[in-house]
Amino acid sequence: MKIRRTFTMLLISLAFTAGIVCAKYLDSKGQSFHPATSGSEGASYLGYRHADAEPGKAKSRKASAVSRRDRQGKVHVVKDGDSIMAAVKAASPGDNIAIFPGNYHETVYIDKDDIRLIGVIEEGERATLDGRELLNDAILYSGNNIVVENLKITRYKGNGIMGQAGNNFEIRNNIIIDTGVYGIFPQLGKNGIVEFNVISGIEDAAIYVGMSDNIHVAHNDVFDSVAGIEIENSRHAIVENNYVHNNTGGILAFITPGLPIKTTYDVIIRNNFVVGNNHKNFGAPGSTVSGIPAGTGILIMAADEVIVEGNIISDNKTAGIIITDHDNAANITLDPESDPSPDKVILLDNTMINNGYDTLDEVKILMLTEFKSGHPDIVRVGQSRDSCILNPERYFTLGVSKWKKCDVSHTAAIESYLLDEPVPAREIDPSERGKVVYLGICTGCHTYTGRMIGPPVEIIQALYMDNPQGLADWIEQPTKKRQDYPPMPPQNYLDRETRLAVAKYMLSATN
Amino acid sequence: MKKLSKFSSLAYLVLAAITISSGLFAGVAYAGIFVWADLPGAAPDVEAVTFEGTETAVNKISADITRQIAGRSGFILSSICPASFELTAAGECNLVTRYQFYDSVQQRGVGGTQTALPKHRSGFTPQQIDLGRYLFFDPLLSKDGTVSCASCHHPELGFSDGRGRSIGIGKEPTARGAPSLWNMTFLTSFFWDARANSLEQQAQGPLFDEKEMANSPEKLLASIRSNAYYPAMFAQAFPDIEKPTLEQLYTALAAFQSSLISLNSRYDQYAHGFHQALTADEIAGLNVFRSFVARCAECHQPPLFTNNQVAVIGTPEPDGLPFDSGAEKTFNSTKLRGGFKVPSLRNIGKTAPYMHSGRFEQLGDAVAFYNKGRGHALPENEQLQLHWHIWEPNLTDEEIARLVDFLGTLTDESLLPEVPQVLPSGLMPVQSLPLSEITKEQKDKANATDTVAAITTNNAIKNQGN
Repeated sequence: MKIRRTFTMLLISLAFTAGIVCAKYLDSKGQSFHPATSGSEGASYLGYRHADAEPGKAKSRKASAVSRRDRQGKVHVVKDGDSIMAAVKAASPGDNIAIFPGNYHETVYIDKDDIRLIGVIEEGERATLDGRELLNDAILYSGNNIVVENLKITRYKGNGIMGQAGNNFEIRNNIIIDTGVYGIFPQLGKNGIVEFNVISGIEDAAIYVGMSDNIHVAHNDVFDSVAGIEIENSRHAIVENNYVHNNTGGILAFITPGLPIKTTYDVIIRNNFVVGNNHKNFGAPGSTVSGIPAGTGILIMAADEVIVEGNIISDNKTAGIIITDHDNAANITLDPESDPSPDKVILLDNTMINNGYDTLDEVKILMLTEFKSGHPDIVRVGQSRDSCILNPERYFTLGVSKWKKCDVSHTAAIESYLLDEPVPAREIDPSERGKVVYLGICTGCHTYTGRMIGPPVEIIQALYMDNPQGLADWIEQPTKKRQDYPPMPPQNYLDRETRLAVAKYMLSATN
Repeated sequence: MKKLSKFSSLAYLVLAAITISSGLFAGVAYAGIFVWADLPGAAPDVEAVTFEGTETAVNKISADITRQIAGRSGFILSSICPASFELTAAGECNLVTRYQFYDSVQQRGVGGTQTALPKHRSGFTPQQIDLGRYLFFDPLLSKDGTVSCASCHHPELGFSDGRGRSIGIGKEPTARGAPSLWNMTFLTSFFWDARANSLEQQAQGPLFDEKEMANSPEKLLASIRSNAYYPAMFAQAFPDIEKPTLEQLYTALAAFQSSLISLNSRYDQYAHGFHQALTADEIAGLNVFRSFVARCAECHQPPLFTNNQVAVIGTPEPDGLPFDSGAEKTFNSTKLRGGFKVPSLRNIGKTAPYMHSGRFEQLGDAVAFYNKGRGHALPENEQLQLHWHIWEPNLTDEEIARLVDFLGTLTDESLLPEVPQVLPSGLMPVQSLPLSEITKEQKDKANATDTVAAITTNNAIKNQGN
């Protein structure tokens, strides 16, 4: 009897153990489950509008985002004691500005195209822009094809480098320390690279890509800031190979509501070190990032089609990855035009170690709802449609148990989202320029046949019919001709080519 | 030589003919050629209309005008598009601006110096725009014929009215100030609280608000249909429809407002590459404006100088007024309590006082508000979710002064439309400026122009058509 009882117990034990083992390797449908050992063995994600791409046929990542130059411009040399801004004012599109080591205390704005600010590094010494806690921003650019590299920027109140709707930009190899709100902030730009920068001590995001498209952020070292790298209301962005450590939050993909551009999607966050982002939050009260809990590795808020792959995410005390909608985020306003849910999130293989060891009470409560206790790697709160996760059993997760298994396992097919060709230059056919200036400006004072503020175009045609250059010269520096009309203001704000174009157009107008 | 001399002779002939005809029309508003095709001789001498004082001058009908209206067979609407618009083959007016050459992210019209403008309202014919111009200035649209759209959106005051809160029917103040109408064609929401999403929808607000124009749809339609001239004018603007309808009226008002374009300021000259257009002080102001310390350009984004969004900034009400909850009601969300549309700063130098109810008299006061710290002016019992860009920029007095300098560069009224000299209703087109209540700056200007009659005449040299 004793033997039989022992045998029975053994059978029960075996069955129990087998059940556990089977349960571990069978998914909920009872099918056999073989975890991939490497993320590169499955299908490759082909990306947004990359459906025709095939693995192994990816184009090489472009080395540059700026347009190729047809000619080499001048090099303006700036040395200690000189003004960088003076050089920018003197520069024409196509010129380089070589900035030698020294201390510069100025705000440099670039409202023209194709200017390159290149710091000259000599024996480790760089040109240093020092705002002395007095100046607002170090560099503001609005032109296309702007390059800023090799500079050191410190002690500004606003941004280190801010782009304002400039397309085709490259910001690389800069050191930005203790500088205001954002370190590098390309906003409303298309087709740009931010790489090899070292940034620390920023009270919002060290690198903040705002309302932009086709962006590559790589090989940066960002630390001791509130947010490390933030992709906000932007599309087609890759964040890879960055070292993001000791910030409050490491890498963020957000839709911030209330902005004129409403979406974030098609973002790849891969192969980054996201380590120990436990810095006390020192964001400005009311700012979006001031609501980020210290110890957040990667934070996805409302952004869609975000892929997280191949990152080493370790030692982030709240969680390795947090995915949330707007309803569960702090300091978020209402915007009916912004979709508040993070949808189609794709979590591929990541190496996650020692996250969530000192997490929030809210997360602990969430654990209770799933009858779990432990240190969360991945936390999802709020709605999320059509998201997926690969090998979820590798991580301590909350809120993703119903996510499907991803049908892709890597993004090797996509090397870059930079454009094949840079955003084209603003070349405007002179004849078109003539028409636009005539209709947009001249018609405010001139009609074809009648008297308005200026004389009728018919009269002007009679006077200058064979002499468009004469008319172009006159509008540059008009002299008072008619006692019964007010004097015409100079049109010297139009360039020579445009003045001639508008003169020709005016002389050819027929009504 | 022979050819040239032949041409020269021809040119001189043309010149002479034009000069003679110009002489015939000397002193006549050019618009009259199109507007008053059947009007012999000069347009009515509006300058001769005497105003005895602002309180009593409201909308008296001059005997001269009455005489000129009587017996007219009708008004002929312009077949020419307003300045800066070209007539397409389809007969519609198509906006032309130098910003159309630029590209920007999602073409939303926000960002740096050279960015594309967003989509705008289009598809209106010259006749619809011109009809809208008459309607806009015509007090016939109000309940008792005392208030026109232009009463609160006065062309000489940046299409605002120089008041903190606009004065509606019965001279009673309304709840909020009249926003400027420049560049409305690019916007997608209207009213301070963003409660309308089209100009047509917006128009119905003031028309039927009991504090504003206080009309009713039935009475308004009857007024238009029984007018001696409007039915024929509507037929010119909307040839396919038999009788005037309110929808046509809204469309015409939208068409006219869509023609109010201000994109040729000195700032624009700078933006298009002529950097000498701004002084060193103004450029310094531009750099403060777009810095991420002041953050002005984050909401007032160039080139429209608005991002067309609602923002909660915690601006205070004028003394004695209750707190205005703004967009909270529109969106039924406490998160937007105290939120208002971000206004464009185009022609901001012309539209004092500032904020939704005119809390600040001068531009410098409005700028200083943002500098005084996040939430500094909130009522004690209000917990608003202030916009994240509201913080403590700690700008110096020098920086505030430069900001005001820069804002002055956004003034451009080169495409100001003409005020009709005579309206189909026979009423005066625009009321007198509210001299007793406008700010000093505008008072100076108003004194210079004296009365609306003078303004009307000044504007008469401008033309809706090109």
